[in-house]
Amino acid sequence: MQIIRKREITEDDFVHVPDGAPLPEGGKPIVTLARYTAERDALLARYSALGVRVPPDKLPSDIPDLARLALVALEFPKFTEGRPYSIARQLRDRHGFEGELRAVGWVLRDQLRYMERCGFDAFELKPGKPLESALEAFGELQLTYQAAADDPRPIYRRR
Amino acid sequence: MYQYDDHDRRIIIERAQQFRGQVARRLSGEITEEEFKPLRLQNGLYMQLHAYMLRVAIPYGLLSSTQVRRLADIARKYDRGYAHLTTRQNIQYNWPKLGDVPSILDDLADVEMHAVQTSGNCVRNITSDPFAGIAPDELEDPRPYCEIMRQWSTFHPEFANLPRKFKIAVTGTPGEDRAAVRFHDIGIRIVENAAKERGFEVLVGGGMGRTPHIGAVIREFLPKRHLLSYMESILRVYNLHGRRDNKFKARIKILVVALGVEEFRRRVEEDWEATKTPELELPDAEVARVTKFFAPPAYEKLPASADQLTALSLGRDRELGNWIKNNVVGHKVPGYSAVVISVKMPGVPPGDVSDTQLDAIAGVADRYSFGHVVVTHTQNLVLPDVKTSDLAKLHAELVELDLGKANVGKLTDVITCPGLDYCDLANARSIPLSLEIAERFDRIDYLNDVGDVSIKISGCINACGHHHVGNIGILGIDKRGEEFYQLMLGGSPGNDASIGKILGAALPQDAIVDAVEKVLDRYLVVRESADERFLDTVRRVGFEPFRQAVYGDALFGAAAEKGAE
Repeated sequence: MQIIRKREITEDDFVHVPDGAPLPEGGKPIVTLARYTAERDALLARYSALGVRVPPDKLPSDIPDLARLALVALEFPKFTEGRPYSIARQLRDRHGFEGELRAVGWVLRDQLRYMERCGFDAFELKPGKPLESALEAFGELQLTYQAAADDPRPIYRRR
Repeated sequence: MYQYDDHDRRIIIERAQQFRGQVARRLSGEITEEEFKPLRLQNGLYMQLHAYMLRVAIPYGLLSSTQVRRLADIARKYDRGYAHLTTRQNIQYNWPKLGDVPSILDDLADVEMHAVQTSGNCVRNITSDPFAGIAPDELEDPRPYCEIMRQWSTFHPEFANLPRKFKIAVTGTPGEDRAAVRFHDIGIRIVENAAKERGFEVLVGGGMGRTPHIGAVIREFLPKRHLLSYMESILRVYNLHGRRDNKFKARIKILVVALGVEEFRRRVEEDWEATKTPELELPDAEVARVTKFFAPPAYEKLPASADQLTALSLGRDRELGNWIKNNVVGHKVPGYSAVVISVKMPGVPPGDVSDTQLDAIAGVADRYSFGHVVVTHTQNLVLPDVKTSDLAKLHAELVELDLGKANVGKLTDVITCPGLDYCDLANARSIPLSLEIAERFDRIDYLNDVGDVSIKISGCINACGHHHVGNIGILGIDKRGEEFYQLMLGGSPGNDASIGKILGAALPQDAIVDAVEKVLDRYLVVRESADERFLDTVRRVGFEPFRQAVYGDALFGAAAEKGAE
């Protein structure tokens, strides 16, 4: 499957593993937060690059051993879901998370720029949506007013 | 007023381009109507009953005459020759075509205007006191802070998908709230602490809608430099914890009540302590830079206005005298007055202004008021800086333009939402009621006798007509497919904030204006003196005399039961 990572279309090297499905031998699995919480030590010992998929009603404090994760995938069950934007900012700004922060679910082109400004750097678009033209979103609204995960300075420190 | 720099200008141009692309992708089917909806809403584009409606942002209500002329052009070119002033100091067009909207946004961008975040679940246009900068009782001009927050909230990436819409109002007059800050998601009052430092009192969780609440103080004194970091923390707590499962329980007021104001405050303060970076602090230089744009115009040195105003109001020209008394407001600069132009007159839906009126208003603003106009949340217009010695001449011109009604703050200065004539949320029409009120009470002696009273009409419980805070509130409801109206008394949006209560059983359309008249006639009988305002009388005597007047003794029992709900 193809995703957008750091503004480029790329083949996904992670694999989503639903609850109950067998874990892969090696590679880079993304497991649910529930599974991660239950089998954390084993998972961290087994995989050098582990991803965790987090529903929007969980906070960064619900994700133990954050610094040892290679990827956090925040779920957008609906394109109007707004909580992951704040969760992303908290992960980046308050918790210093430096791994991949991926938007998954009902992810649309017109949200990419806002997501990126909040700290997301990878995007799984909703199936069926074109990736190539979605890259144009990163060229829109280049100028900004606020401090965000992309720049701690509001406009009045940049004018 | 604030002038865009290159940064502001390019943001608005880029936004217009972006929306052109979004419309194209909608028309090509690449995005569904469901997916398009939040995009168009954050560009002020609603789907109404009969057509799209475009709401244009007027930050804190302030317009230049150039902008007013452009709004007139747009009404002519893309609409049916009129525009509508809203209760959030904005202006809206009721008949634009989707395909024309990108061009309208281009036309607006030309004069530093836009429709950004005038709807949708984001931070909306920030409103303020219509007499900001000129009110004699003002502590400090709130508009620089409104502008700073306008910029901060524009395309804020974290807060573009809130549980629900979010409204902020700011007043710089602690003694007299003309911005209804207690009925906003966040209300901000500029205050002075014991050490004589200026800062902000922050209120949270006020609102109207289905469940009206008066905002609670979350912070008594916020140093100015922390304005934006504190706003961010409030918004973040709301974004993370506000309800998203039920849109009728999604406003911040519901969260504040559910958590309790103490717990809400604790969460905000906790986030704030962790996230208030030095970069976020508002430098004095930035406040000074923005404040400069609101510097007073080149006033002449003139004698005080009081004697002239007395002479004019008691003069032989009664029409002028009434207008001076009702529509002219005191100004902090000697020799100047603020004028409220009433657009409320028989035969015209409240808030509607024609393209020719807009052009004419731009003209009088240029000639009499340094080219500035302010939209009020009562759906009128203010000329903020008129020489008192020009008032008679200005009045004569306004009368010629059909804009000379002397009814500001009076019975026929009605606030309404668009109602079922335009809005697909409404249960009942509101404009016909306001027209009936305008018609029936169009007698200046009666208006002056009844004195200051606000009537606010909403066509449904979403309360866009602010009926909860009308001294007399009217709410349209649907009763088995028929339009009925509830009558409420005792609301006030100001420092003495209160939420109106239902007087009795809902009334059919042909009885509601009669009921208003009965209430007012009873007021004239039971008031202590002509100095006791309607609201004060209601507060003093309670509802009983008014219930009897409207429902009579026979119905009193049933009506009282209903009214107690």
